[in-house]
This record gives sequence, structure tokens and C-alpha cells, in this order.
Amino acid sequence: MPAYWLFLIVLAIAAVGFVLGRMRALQSAKGDSRALHSLKGYYGWNVALKVLIPALLVLVVWQLAYPLYTNATVAGLIPEASVNDGSSADLVLAEVRRTANGLEAAVASGQIADTQARDTLADPVAMTDSLRSAGQIVTSELTTPILNAAQHYRAMGETGALIRTVVVLLVAFGGLFWGLSDSYKDFRARNTVEQTVKYLLIAAASIAILTTLGIVLSLIGNTIRFFNLYPASEFFGSLTWQPSFGGGSELGIWPLLWGTLYISFVALLVAVPIGLFAAVYLSEYASPKLRAFAKPALEVLAGIPTIVYGLFALLTIGPLLISVFGPDGAGWMTGTRSVMTAGIAMGIMLIPFVSSLSDDIINAVPQAMRDGSYGLGATKSETVKQVVLPAALPGIVGAVLLAASRAIGETMIVVLGAGAAARLSLNPLEAMTTVTTRIVSQLTGDADFASPEALVAFALGMTLFVLTLGLNVFALYIVRTYREQYD
Amino acid sequence: MYDAPHTTERDVTQTEIKIAAKNVQVYYGDTHAIKDVDVQIEDKTVTAFIGPSGCGKSTFLRTLNRMNDTIDICRVEGDIRIDGEDIYDKRVDPVQLRAKVGMVFQKPNPFPKSIYDNVAYGPRIHGLAKNKTDLDEIVERALKRGAIWNEVKDRLHAPGTGLSGGQQQRLCIARAVATEPEVLLMDEPCSALDPIATSQVEELIDELRKDYSVVIVTHSMQQAARVSQKTAFFHLGNLVEYGETGKIFTNPEDPRTESYITGRIG
Repeated sequence: MPAYWLFLIVLAIAAVGFVLGRMRALQSAKGDSRALHSLKGYYGWNVALKVLIPALLVLVVWQLAYPLYTNATVAGLIPEASVNDGSSADLVLAEVRRTANGLEAAVASGQIADTQARDTLADPVAMTDSLRSAGQIVTSELTTPILNAAQHYRAMGETGALIRTVVVLLVAFGGLFWGLSDSYKDFRARNTVEQTVKYLLIAAASIAILTTLGIVLSLIGNTIRFFNLYPASEFFGSLTWQPSFGGGSELGIWPLLWGTLYISFVALLVAVPIGLFAAVYLSEYASPKLRAFAKPALEVLAGIPTIVYGLFALLTIGPLLISVFGPDGAGWMTGTRSVMTAGIAMGIMLIPFVSSLSDDIINAVPQAMRDGSYGLGATKSETVKQVVLPAALPGIVGAVLLAASRAIGETMIVVLGAGAAARLSLNPLEAMTTVTTRIVSQLTGDADFASPEALVAFALGMTLFVLTLGLNVFALYIVRTYREQYD
Repeated sequence: MYDAPHTTERDVTQTEIKIAAKNVQVYYGDTHAIKDVDVQIEDKTVTAFIGPSGCGKSTFLRTLNRMNDTIDICRVEGDIRIDGEDIYDKRVDPVQLRAKVGMVFQKPNPFPKSIYDNVAYGPRIHGLAKNKTDLDEIVERALKRGAIWNEVKDRLHAPGTGLSGGQQQRLCIARAVATEPEVLLMDEPCSALDPIATSQVEELIDELRKDYSVVIVTHSMQQAARVSQKTAFFHLGNLVEYGETGKIFTNPEDPRTESYITGRIG
């Protein structure tokens, strides 16, 4: 029975449990719902949750764990000799799985008899032909060990599905009876259900946190693998970035880090003044009507996908810069892609980020502060400059640092706008590249995944992660430490 | 300012009129918050505005230094003159006016700056000091007038927000005094303070009377009786009764005033 059907059946059992639980509780109170400890719906939910949670938990764990178990078992069946040169155990295992799925599909469509598919002594050549004629993908001639492994794999899948069905249904019915036996009038169904819901909420929160942890761990694992293949002193010490997939690459991070920081700096140079001034205008000067229109309009900028900003950089900003600084103008710029191109586009992207956060922070400065200043005969701009902005400064610094960490992690704009040349240069009109674009190109290339040229992506990712995490923590620290406590 | 013989001719209790308000109406949008208020506030006198919540006493106070201008929906009509000059005249700069009519607010609102910078704020923006020594003197004088100098003289560069509530309020008074105003408006200056801080601020108000015309809005009738010479009773946007504090509290003319001070309404 497929997992999907099993899921539906468990749901159905839970629904039946809901109705039965409610009924039983009502019966125990002799039909008088006022005699129940809780509202009758809670008795229903009590049963339904007791059916659903354990059964679905078992189902999910099974789905995750059983494939690992079958893979391990089948991998043990494949003799060392079947693993050819230039291949790996993983590839052979993939072929076994493909064959098993092919057999399954061919049997399901009736083109191969079930007994024939199970025949361990079948001729591998004939089997390859019949699989091919059944329209299944077979990449190479099957050999007897692989065919047998595939047959074993298929058989394990079948028994696994059977065991799964039985176990899940047993658990579901167990839950049903547990819940129903609880359904008498004095049972505190409301408290039980609310407790359970609390645990569900905790589970949801932990999944989010654990996923982050998982991402970090996988980054760390692959980074360590990279540093086993490539010396860390070279990675952090070399000033050249020259990956070559034939080997002998120079993978120094500095040109990439320089490009990243330079472009982010240009972006902040654009975003911070514009964003901050926009925020000051919107929160201090604009009439409520204008503000109601302009603030959402500015925030629309934040909703534009970054790839669109990338296109804007490539098609509008780049040519514009070329017409001023290019061969026809000042002659300082050769291609449309440059630090300026990407930096300006990224700056525009960050404007709503800076302005929206700063606006909130400026609005959080209490009116009493402004009144105090006006009451002393200060003008609006004196008040803004000398009272409101200093009071809001820690928050604004925090907003800028958060914007910086977004700029550092930004990918699509720099892929399109900044170019691919790793360069250590001060000229903002030259093409440079960033950490993020190199991660994209190293992982989407043809490199063997186990080579340092591909694994360097993880080390780069880890560097970025540490950098942005550091910035975020620093931003939060500044905001918390220097925030004035207004009550 | 005046010749000595000139002053001696005056009655000692009779001081000149500092603020004259005639027929003042204030509207918040469609709400008519202040109706036909006529009042004459004397110089070198503490005038208390009392009345139940929402009666318009704070609103009226804020019309005296045009703080209501910062509220978009607020509209003021009528005639308010300080020293005979119409403060709602188009030629009057509200910013200049507010330097002349200082204000202290309900909650102490020191700026997130040092004590020194809080007090120096007004003199700095109005260019009252020629140089640093001058500014130091102004700050010291203001802090002494605010009766807080002894408590803060050793930590002038500590943040003003770190002071206690009563100290903060006295700092705010010192800050208002530093711009050399002629009138000091106080909007329930003690409502956020404990009794000890309140009595310190009240003593200070009495001190300030020597140099300024002080107008104080208060919810506490005892406070009005303690600190003021003149009292105005507001009710539902109307000025019900205005006169000597002693008379208002012992022998009010209007039955509404009597009901309020005896605790039957409000």
C-alpha cells in the first residue's frame, strides 16, 4: 500500500475517532453535555490527536529510515568486482535502484511477468532487452550481480511496504482505543488537548532551529573535506583565484572577498543616505496622506525579485555608466559589468530595507522628546538633527549593519552585474567577482563533486556565513546596548 | 527697566498683565475643545489651571506657546497677546515664541544626551553663548535655578536619562530656564513624580516666580492651593471661574467650581 493511501487511512481513522470519542463522552454523561468536564469537541480532538500523532510519526520515521536500511543491505550484496574503474559504489547503487524501479514499472504495465522479474537465475542480457523494450531506462548491460541486487532491492521494498502498513495501522488503532478508553465524562480532555497542542508548537519551533543547525553542520562537514584536499593557508593566504578543473588550481579567497566587500560598500554608499533621508522625510515631514501612499510604494521595491534588479543593472545601469565613463566618454570603463553597476543596483535594492527599518526606529522615538525640543524653540530640522536622529542612532546603525549583511549575501545582482573576473583592484569601474557568484559557478560546473574545485564552494559559503552571522550579532548587540529605554 | 519712582507708585500686589487671551476657541477637527476663554495672566505670578480630565486646560496651555501648531488637525481662533503682541500674528515665528515661552511637560523628557548638553541645547540653538566659558556659565546658572546643580555638578557629562524621575524633571525645568524665557508653562509637572520629588519641584516653582510668569496645569487641587496665587477653573472647555487662589478655594462664586473643589464632580 503506498504511503499516500496509508496517510489517508490514518486520517480516516482519526475522523472516526473524533466522532466516536465525542459520542462516548456524551454517553458517559447520559447525554447531558453540561456534566462533561470539557466541551464535547475536546473529547473528539483528544481521540483524533492520539490516533494521528503517533501513527504519522511512525510513518515519517519509517519513510526516512527504511531507505537507508535497504541501501545499506543492497550495497553489501554488490561484489567489489562489479565496481568498474572510473565508477564508484554510489553509481552502481544508483544503477541498482534504477533497475529495480524499471522492473517495478515493467511489471505494473504487464510487459514483464512478475515471476520473470523475480527469477534470480534470469539471463541478464535478455532482461536488459525486455526492460528496454518496456520503455525503461537502462544505461548499460545488466550483469547478474546487479540484476540480483536489484531484485533483492525490489523485494525489500515490497516487504517493507507491507510491514509499514501493518505497523502504522496497529499504532493508529492503538491510539484510537487509548483515546476512546479516556472518553468518559470526568476526563480532562481540554487540558490534555491543550498540552498536546503546546508540544506540537514546540515541535514546529524545534524543526526550524534544527534545520538551521543541520545546514551549518553540512557546511562544516564539507568545509573540513575541502581543507583536507586543499591547504587552509593557501585558501586564506593566496591572493589569486584561478580554479582549473584539470587540477593545480589556486583558490585564494581574497580577490572574492575584496569584490564582495567593495560591491557591498558601494551599495551601502547608495542605500544609506537615500534610505535614511527618505525615512526622515516620511516619518517627520510627510503628511499622513502622503505617508500612507509613499511608504508602501517604497516597500514595493523590497518585493522586486533580485534577478530583476540584476537585469536592471545589466541593461540600464551598465550602459548608462558606459556612456559616461566608457570609451566614448572618460574612457575608464571597458565593459558594462563593474563594481559600480552591481553596487548601484544593489544599493537600490537595499533602500527600502534601510528606510523601512529606520522609519520604524524614528517613529519609536517618543513624541515627548520632540515636544521637549519644540518647547525650547527648536525648529523641525534642529529637532531631527539633534534630538530625533541621535536618539534613533543605535537602531539606525543596526539597520545599516543588517543591510550590509544582506548585501554581502546577495547573489543574483552580482551574477549579472559584477562580472566573473577575480581581481584585486581599487577601480570601481572594473569588473570584479564576489564570493556568492563563485559559489554558483563552482557548483554548477562540470567538476567532480569530490574535487577541491567544487568543495571550495562550501568553504566560501562558510566564510560568508560566518561574516554575515558576525555582522548580525554585532548589529543586535549595538541595538540592544545603546537603545534608550523609553517606556 | 523702569525708574524707581515709577514702580513705587504701583500697588505691590498689582503686577502687570503678561498674557492676555480674549475669546479663544480651539478646535480638534470637529471637536470644539476650548470655548470663549478670556483670561489675563499676570507677570511674576504662579497661575494654576485646574479642572477635570479632558476639560481643555492642557490644550489651552499649549495654545500659549503655539505647541498646538505641531498637531495637524488643531485650529486656534481668538486673540492671545503676550506683552501686547499677538502671538498668532503671521509675522510671529512660533519657534522664536517658544524660546520666549518655555514649557515643561507632564513626563520628564530629558534628551538622550549628557546633563550638560541637555541644558546647553536651547542656548546653543539660539546662539545665546559667545563662547565655551559663556555656555558653561549659562548651564551652571540654569542648573542652579533648577535646584539641581548640587546633585549633578560632578557628573555633568553623564546621560540625563540616568537621573531619577524628580531629578529629570528639575533638569527639564533647568533646560527650559536656560533659554531665558519670560513665561514658563508647566503641564502637570509633578504627575509622574513621588511626593518628595513633588515637594522639591513645588519649592522650585515658588522660587521661579521671582523672575517668571509661571502657568501650571495640575490635577491636584492641594498643589494648586500650595503653589499658585491665581487659579483658573476649566470645565468642559469653558473657563468657569478665575481669581485669587484663596478665594477660589474658600469662596467660589460658581456652583460648578464649588462642586469640583469639594469633590462632587470631576
